[in-house]
Amino acid sequence: MSQAWLPVITLATSLLVAPLIFALPERASRARAVVNLSAAVLKLLLVALMVWGLYQGHRFTFGFTVVEGVSFLLQADALGLMFAGLSSLLWLATTTYAIGYLEDSPNRKRFFGFFSLCVASTIGIALAGNLFTFLLFYELLTLSTYPLVVHRGHDKALAAGTVYLRYTLTGGLVLLLGVVAQHALVGDVAFGQREVLADLGPQAHPMLTVLFVVFLLGLGVKAALVPLHGWLPRAMVAPAPVSALLHAVAVVKAGAFGIVRLVYDVYGISLSHELGLLSLLTAIAVVTILFGSVKALSQQELKPRLAYSTVSQVSYIVLGISLFGPFGTIAGLVHLMHQGLMKVTLFYCAGNYAEELGIHRIDELDGAGRRMPLTSLAFTIGALGMIGLPPVAGFITKWYLGMGAVQAGMPWVIVVIVTSSLLNAAYFLPILHRVWFRQGPAHGRGSWPEERNLGRFETSAWLLLPTAATAMFSLLVGLLAGVPFSPLDLATLMATGEYLP
Amino acid sequence: MIERFGLASDHFGHLNGPLVLLAMLGLPLLLGLLGGALRPARSWPVALLGLLPLSALIWLAAAVAGGPSQSWTLELGSLVLHWRVNGLVLVLLLLTQLIVLVSALYAPTYLRDVVHATRRSQAWFWPLLGLLAASLSLIWLAADLLLLYIGLELMGLTAVGLLLLPGKADALIAGLRYLLLALVGSLAFLLGVALLLGAWGRLDLAGLAQVADEGIVLWVAMALLSAGLLLKAAAFPLHAWLAPVHASAWIPISALHAGLVIKASFFIALQLWLVLVPAAAVAASLVGVMAGAAVVWGGLMAWRAAKLKDVVAWSTVSQLGYLLLAFPLLVGSDPAVAALAWDGTWLQLAAHGLAKAAMFFATGNLILATGESRVEGLAGASRRFPLALLSFGIAAISLVGLPPSMGFTAKWLLLHAALAGDHWGWLAVLAIGTLLSAAYVFRVFRYSFVEDAPTLDFRPVPWGMDTIALVLALAALLLGLVAEWPLALLRGPGGGA
Repeated sequence: MSQAWLPVITLATSLLVAPLIFALPERASRARAVVNLSAAVLKLLLVALMVWGLYQGHRFTFGFTVVEGVSFLLQADALGLMFAGLSSLLWLATTTYAIGYLEDSPNRKRFFGFFSLCVASTIGIALAGNLFTFLLFYELLTLSTYPLVVHRGHDKALAAGTVYLRYTLTGGLVLLLGVVAQHALVGDVAFGQREVLADLGPQAHPMLTVLFVVFLLGLGVKAALVPLHGWLPRAMVAPAPVSALLHAVAVVKAGAFGIVRLVYDVYGISLSHELGLLSLLTAIAVVTILFGSVKALSQQELKPRLAYSTVSQVSYIVLGISLFGPFGTIAGLVHLMHQGLMKVTLFYCAGNYAEELGIHRIDELDGAGRRMPLTSLAFTIGALGMIGLPPVAGFITKWYLGMGAVQAGMPWVIVVIVTSSLLNAAYFLPILHRVWFRQGPAHGRGSWPEERNLGRFETSAWLLLPTAATAMFSLLVGLLAGVPFSPLDLATLMATGEYLP
Repeated sequence: MIERFGLASDHFGHLNGPLVLLAMLGLPLLLGLLGGALRPARSWPVALLGLLPLSALIWLAAAVAGGPSQSWTLELGSLVLHWRVNGLVLVLLLLTQLIVLVSALYAPTYLRDVVHATRRSQAWFWPLLGLLAASLSLIWLAADLLLLYIGLELMGLTAVGLLLLPGKADALIAGLRYLLLALVGSLAFLLGVALLLGAWGRLDLAGLAQVADEGIVLWVAMALLSAGLLLKAAAFPLHAWLAPVHASAWIPISALHAGLVIKASFFIALQLWLVLVPAAAVAASLVGVMAGAAVVWGGLMAWRAAKLKDVVAWSTVSQLGYLLLAFPLLVGSDPAVAALAWDGTWLQLAAHGLAKAAMFFATGNLILATGESRVEGLAGASRRFPLALLSFGIAAISLVGLPPSMGFTAKWLLLHAALAGDHWGWLAVLAIGTLLSAAYVFRVFRYSFVEDAPTLDFRPVPWGMDTIALVLALAALLLGLVAEWPLALLRGPGGGA
């Protein structure tokens, strides 16, 4: 097997699974589960193989010309592999979860087919080697997530789907214009050839600044930067696995990842710094972080609270990369991974509560810890991680963010981080208090909104297992942050590559 | 520009010219007559015989490829006919044969089982289909105004004949209205031709390009020619006839009409402009304004349309606007811009041809299956007819111009051309068109995802018809990534790069 084909095969594992799933009849749920899970495992192995190869110094690239001057390029670099690793890990977990969650519900074939397409687009985004390829998969992601958002087919879901499309298709169009403009300006440039834009000289700087803002508008929609975040809380009507996927991995991360690519691999950190674009990013990130946290406080339902928390948390990534210096970079990159793990755990838990007990509102959670101890434990780990308590993964992020702020000479950012952490605590701790310390139906007071005994354990094993696994991972990446191959290690590798030529 | 159309070449073809003409025009006609006599009830004999003109075309491509453009003349007394083959002509011939073949494959089951066509209308269908293919091929091949006129007139009359075939009252009204309009268009065209002939005494395009000098005669002639052609191409504001025509037509006819017939008029118009008035940038901008209006108005009407077929028909008006942008981007623009726009235009033409044909087939299948012609009638279709809806969706991706479709690659090239030439207005037209087309396409999808729809009686469509729509849609989707291949053919023999 030639090494150029490794990224292609990785992409194909989920891209080709989609038609296979569409071809299987609706009733063949067991065959579908087998196909889904084996493809997910296979892809995880392939990504692991590429990570190993990267440490050995191998280069994986694959490309061909689409039209003159435009090429389709896949390449596996450290940043891309980190995102690919995250999405294939969470694909496996979410597929397992979705099989349990959607048991006996209609339209599963459609759901899993588009789900695979969605993950394929995420992998494509991760492995894209230039802006054209990135755009290709970025748009494919929009198309493949729409049927998932409207999956339930009721009015609210359809309305959310329309809003979702309005935001993302417009964002995609703006991004397209940016990419075409970049091609008109300098031609086809692979990610990492930063010198191309830097060499244009000072007279091109105003144009580059405008172009950067265009890119940022296109990417910011998916990254849910304020004020482009409106689609995200509405999209919460989707089934829990979709929310988990949208919020932890696929859509918001695609946007954040795009911004990381834009700053490091298209413009280069020095040029971005020189043009004053990093300060712009810092400002946007700070506003988004605080706005998201404040809005989260006022939500009475669990999933919208988590959604606004996502709006806030994803901007930590943007904040990290906007701090000029290796520590900021490390914080931003590592949070790409950490936030994914923690937020997916939280959404699984929300799904578990909803499926097993019919809980949607926060005030219905009283005493849930006694009825569902493992789910509640996982939720606690996720929530503490979001607040930034050691040893959960979120702590690493916030620590490095603080150091990055000092290094960049912007100590006031620390105040923002502290404020945001206090706000995080303010909207997560009351939930934890209700779950563990209030008396509820489990203590004989009142009853759960809609209790179903789904499995031998506190709920179905299909739901519980992924929840426990991702909670474990969130804890482990925090505890073992210093070990080789950990996200922190990968991020450090990239950051040193960025600042020490 | 004249080289790009393969007109300037002094290379007289080393192939036998009349044989080329016979193979490209005679074969479809012959097969059409055969079909009329036999009235095939299944698709496989059609597929087998359909390979015949396709292999003739491949022979022609192999013989011409790599060399310069080939042109031929034939003297019939005082009359001289000119025709030629180059990369562009090959691409257009290929597109024609593909769409005609696919329509022919769709037809047997459709005619027999679905619309229960009478023996007489079946017997008429096949020869008319052959004649349509032949007249389209003639238009692509022709290098003088006489052959172009013959092709155009034949094509228009054949299309009228095909539209009349359903035999219902509304089909008759639509068909006759179309006839009236085709005649008006032809009349304007004929007047323009007569003016040119009177002024310069010749009709071959290459010769006219050399002798015709700018002046009032040329301008009046061009205005007449363009008006006739743009009317036939349903360009804004001469588009109002288009949607009613599709409402009562048979599905394969609609697919052919939207995919190929209106493109032929566009092709002639663009060719005449680039050959006779290559520097008329101001007039071309006027066409550009029409293009912008077509994109916006067509998109809005498609968005508001209540019937599914109307959505698709109005989308044609809008998409044709993209093609009309070729005028301001190609006429009198600088070579770098023109090179990009040239590739983009033909790619857009091919993309729209394939995608729109696929969309008509998918729409037809949906309408037949639900028995509902309104968009609301699709409620719940995503569960019941996933395949037809998937075909519709894939075709829609190309129409909206989302990656990785051919429509996307075409739009990319047009955007690039607009940016490179600093044409911000045309850039805005493309952007607005994208959003509008997304709006009308996703409106259809929105209904299909409704879950609490009443279950009416549905009849499944024969699987062959579903497959045809899907394959055609997939072609439009996947050819976007390998667009270099048709473009290479375009630049190839005598295309000039």
